Amino acid sequence: MQESFLRWIVLFPLLGSGLIAAFGRKLPRAAVGILACGSVGASFVTGLIGYHKLAVLAGHGHGKLAALSDHLYTWIALGKLEVGVSFILDPLSSVMVLMVSGVSFLIHIYSIGYMAHDKSYWRYFSYLNLFVFFMLLLVTADSLPLMFIGWEGVGLCSYLLIGFWFEDPEKAFAGKKAFIVNRIGDFGFLLGIILLFWTLGTVDFGRIAETAPGKFGMGGDMVTLITLLLFVGATGKSAQIPLYVWLPDAMAGPTPVSALIHAATMVTAGVYMIVRLNVLFLMAPVTMFVVAVVGVGTAIYAASIGLVQNDIKKVLAYSTISQLGYMFLAVGVGAFSAGIFHLVTHSFFKALLFLCAGSVIHVMGGKQDIREMGGLRAGMPITYWTFFIAALTIAGLPPLSGFFSKDEILWQAFSSSQGSWVLWLVGFIAAGLTAFYMFRLLFLTFFGECRADEETRVHLHESPKVMTIPLAILAVLSIFGGWWGVPEVLAGANRLHHWLAPVLGNENGTFQFDAPYYPHAVEYLLMTLSVALAAGGIYVAWFFYIRKPDTTPRLAARMKICYQILLNKYYIDEIYNIFIVQPIKLGSTYLLWKLFDESLIDGLVNLTGRTVRGLGSIAARIQTGYAQVYAITFLLGVALILGSLLW
Amino acid sequence: MIALNELLILSAALFILGVVGFIIRRNILIMFMSIELMLNAAGIVLVGFSNKLGRMDPQVFTVFVIALAAAEAAVGLAIIIALFRNRESVNIDEMKLLKW
Repeated sequence: MQESFLRWIVLFPLLGSGLIAAFGRKLPRAAVGILACGSVGASFVTGLIGYHKLAVLAGHGHGKLAALSDHLYTWIALGKLEVGVSFILDPLSSVMVLMVSGVSFLIHIYSIGYMAHDKSYWRYFSYLNLFVFFMLLLVTADSLPLMFIGWEGVGLCSYLLIGFWFEDPEKAFAGKKAFIVNRIGDFGFLLGIILLFWTLGTVDFGRIAETAPGKFGMGGDMVTLITLLLFVGATGKSAQIPLYVWLPDAMAGPTPVSALIHAATMVTAGVYMIVRLNVLFLMAPVTMFVVAVVGVGTAIYAASIGLVQNDIKKVLAYSTISQLGYMFLAVGVGAFSAGIFHLVTHSFFKALLFLCAGSVIHVMGGKQDIREMGGLRAGMPITYWTFFIAALTIAGLPPLSGFFSKDEILWQAFSSSQGSWVLWLVGFIAAGLTAFYMFRLLFLTFFGECRADEETRVHLHESPKVMTIPLAILAVLSIFGGWWGVPEVLAGANRLHHWLAPVLGNENGTFQFDAPYYPHAVEYLLMTLSVALAAGGIYVAWFFYIRKPDTTPRLAARMKICYQILLNKYYIDEIYNIFIVQPIKLGSTYLLWKLFDESLIDGLVNLTGRTVRGLGSIAARIQTGYAQVYAITFLLGVALILGSLLW
Repeated sequence: MIALNELLILSAALFILGVVGFIIRRNILIMFMSIELMLNAAGIVLVGFSNKLGRMDPQVFTVFVIALAAAEAAVGLAIIIALFRNRESVNIDEMKLLKW
């Protein structure tokens, strides 16, 4: 049913962005900050209203799919293609809206403190608001083209914000890299959309869900191709192998940007897209397998790189890539609600981790190398404690939220009809690595002797309240946010799963998959193993960095090759450069530029010019300058006319 | 009475003389005289036909032609004088600035 207030969820931040862009330079900083935070806050409140209405509606339907929609106008009406600008609020998008607007709101408030001394304060908030607009558009769109606008828009804002301090060429280059790599994924995504429209005749999510099961065969080639192409888009946007290379470089942007875009929201768009189109993916087991393998592979691959990085933000970046891998593992085995669950909890604790890192960087005067930190916990208690909570959460210790979401994924990877113990094992190992590297980061940054130089040490202080209050709120969410999805086996109601069930094809009766039955004991066993491994990882980190700090340098010296490979991120950027970037560059320079553009096209144009010139110079010989020759020409003309008349 | 045919032949001869004189001669003043010759040849034709047709119109037209020739000669001579002041010559072969 038409609910006209839904559009305001998306439009408030657009309004905020526009006003700040137009007037921001002349407004006082406080006004810009209030306007920016206020618009996102207004979105959040509107989202809450929508959620409440939806909950009432869904309650009456007892699990049947309930949705609110808001149709603005018809954008494209071209034969079979009809796309309207409409927003939809169903259980899935309501979760996304609340998460996006809520976390964005906290990060906006944090940014008021973090960017307080920046000279382009208003430009930052304008971009940030614009980003929230596009992200909310992405999650509330009711058709693929509209979602794609949001998809591209968040990529644009990511570019603008990564290269925010564009006067530094490296940062500008990082923004460019992010956008270009994203674009490659978007190409696949667009091909998928086009193919889908070509075969199915619709791009509207509701109609896709209705017509796809009938149109495509289970495991058919066409639906597999479409979903693989869509997944390529997801690997670009959500930083999976092979298109993840932009995310570590994206740390060049301001830290709140890393928190918002590259931890909580934009990178989750790929996961959201797959869950949104779960009906299609459920019909392509091959793609699901690819998704799960790529996901868990990325998870362990990125975790291994994060083990040895020395820049605090790079560790968190690889951690994000790794956790996103978990989300893809979840959707790859059909556990869509588990994927969304982890998406939400991850947004809480990863945003918190990034904001804490920002706090640390702020205090260290812009330095990010953890080898120059240490012992910061005395001067920054709030930052330390919230970071500690977030680290425990990501390691997966109960009863924090990370335990419930990550464990749900691992259990589903093991037990689902599309899962296997191999997937579980790899994810299990990656979880251990996660616990280890997070606590390595914690210990090196906050414990031990302060390795910073004298000047920085004198300036160590806790961040202002406008930065620490969001940290505290996110910490609370990290602790309690998991209680929403406590599984039945632990006597929980798993509310999130039931809330999302009407939207998921394998839960609402569209498909029937028989899952093998495992007794609860197996689940308890796996759970216990996970907790034990997490605790073990923390212990090893403590041992390496507090108890016997000389262990790691010795290990690094003994396993030099391995260490170098990990430190240099498997040389992937160099490999891409040799095999992809340079060939394209050479091809462009010698083939396209020198051959086609310069020789062919310029040649053709020049040829035209020369021809005209040549003809002209011949014709100009009539102009001799002698009056008598002109007189003869007259005579000839008269004679011709007379002759033609008299004949 | 002079027969029309002979008048026409006279006029044609004069006209051709004028044309050839214009084309061949190099002196600008002589070229101008040739132009006047052509105009007068046209006038002779007009008068001859006036006699033949017994109407006054051609003779009126002839007066126009003569007046026109006079005006044109005035302007043309002014131009020649200006040219001469610039170039110290009345040789048309030297006035070929408009050559491409």
